[in-house]
Amino acid sequence: MLKFTEEHEWLKVEGDVAIVGITAHAAEQLGDLVFVELPEVGASFSKGADAATVESVKAASEVYCPLDGEITEVNEAITADPALVNSDPMGAGWFFKLKLRNVGDLDGLLDESGYKELIG
Amino acid sequence: MDETAALKTTPLHALHVSLGARMVPFAGYDMPVQYAPGVLKEHLWTRSSAGLFDVSHMGQVTIRARSGKYEDAALALESLVPVDILGLAENRQRYGFFTDDKGGILDDLMITHMDDYLFVVVNAACKEQDFKHLQDHIGDSCEVTLLDRALIALQGPRAVDVLAELWADIAYMKFMDVRHCRLHDVSCLVSRSGYSGEDGFEISVPADKAEDIAKRLLEHPDVQPIGLGARDSLRLEAGLCLYGNDIDQTTTPIEGALEWAIQKARKAGGVRAGGFPGATRILGELDHGTSRRRVGLKPEGKAPVRGHAKLYADAEGESEIGEVTSGGFGPSVESPVAMGYVPTEFTAPGTTVYAEVRGKYLPVVVSSLPFIKPTYKR
Repeated sequence: MLKFTEEHEWLKVEGDVAIVGITAHAAEQLGDLVFVELPEVGASFSKGADAATVESVKAASEVYCPLDGEITEVNEAITADPALVNSDPMGAGWFFKLKLRNVGDLDGLLDESGYKELIG
Repeated sequence: MDETAALKTTPLHALHVSLGARMVPFAGYDMPVQYAPGVLKEHLWTRSSAGLFDVSHMGQVTIRARSGKYEDAALALESLVPVDILGLAENRQRYGFFTDDKGGILDDLMITHMDDYLFVVVNAACKEQDFKHLQDHIGDSCEVTLLDRALIALQGPRAVDVLAELWADIAYMKFMDVRHCRLHDVSCLVSRSGYSGEDGFEISVPADKAEDIAKRLLEHPDVQPIGLGARDSLRLEAGLCLYGNDIDQTTTPIEGALEWAIQKARKAGGVRAGGFPGATRILGELDHGTSRRRVGLKPEGKAPVRGHAKLYADAEGESEIGEVTSGGFGPSVESPVAMGYVPTEFTAPGTTVYAEVRGKYLPVVVSSLPFIKPTYKR
């Protein structure tokens, strides 16, 4: 199951764990990333909390936690090579895995067609 | 209120839009912050080839003495800037700054000696107040005119060869030389200077010819349009100040480490010592130093440290000592770079201080500026 937030994150959901990344649209808007800071494994976040930071040459932006949950794994490949987020945002450029507190929360997110409509 | 409704545009605005630029408000103008390749690639392109920048938002001003003599215009402007303008050779340019009575910096500017008049370029955000400042203080003896011309910068190692295809003599110009020339049959004023740390040129052209000149330059395979984003990262690597960030009315030229721009003639013991606003403080600081100074800062880690980050003497964030004034990622340096103010006892290169970034205190090392080796053709 693939879900999206209005803050331009995607979630690939398997069971109660979601792989989270930023969308191609977001990566393009941010431009070439030069720095990524990921959360600690084991950290818990509420929906909308700052979970990661991405920086381009020009500016820093926050990546929000899309739903309540706990970080179970982070993608160190993107801290070593932030350009991965630009080249493969929906694949190798994933950010973290989130164990959802409540799988039912997914119902409140956008599906792919809803997200495409959002970014028009 | 629609903010964009009030924005001014430069003569190249339609060209930027047609080239797919992302436009942002800057100093009251709707300006290109980047084009499709993005800030990183535009920055690297400028350092390896030639980048075309629209800097038409900047103010271009002529100052002519009512007597008709260059000397009178030079002496008049010397009453407002601590720079040797009388001693500036014809067709030569010099960096300077307007100071206030407290020794603070009102704006920085480029000053050129054209035959019998001065041509100066000032910052976009300051141009109206600079014009008024000039009118108020030297308007009786000089005619001050804010020109309606475009300004195009061509910066990078290929810039000279690109322009030499239009005007062969350009190769004979040296850094900070200024010449009248004709490019594509348009009368232009060209300086061999810029804001990137690279060899390059700034070309003042009549507003109605700017798009034609820019389009023809962009036809050259070595030339790409570059936005304000890369302009900022290029000048930061080159250690050049951005007025309003790194220097302003709360900083003196000596605190800003700009004493190199004050020539001997205007210093204590010089033939025209002082005689500019704030001279007592500025000349005193030249002799006795300042309590703080602008320095280069190189973060040890990979995280960029940006403007307004607080600086501390210790890794616990207990002793605040200063602030970052500009910072970001340097694409050519391939690491974060910054500059800011620290107390004098912390200014030795190699000194470690700590910058607060998202609640952490990251080590940054005081470094000599610039971060790159400039390629000016002196």
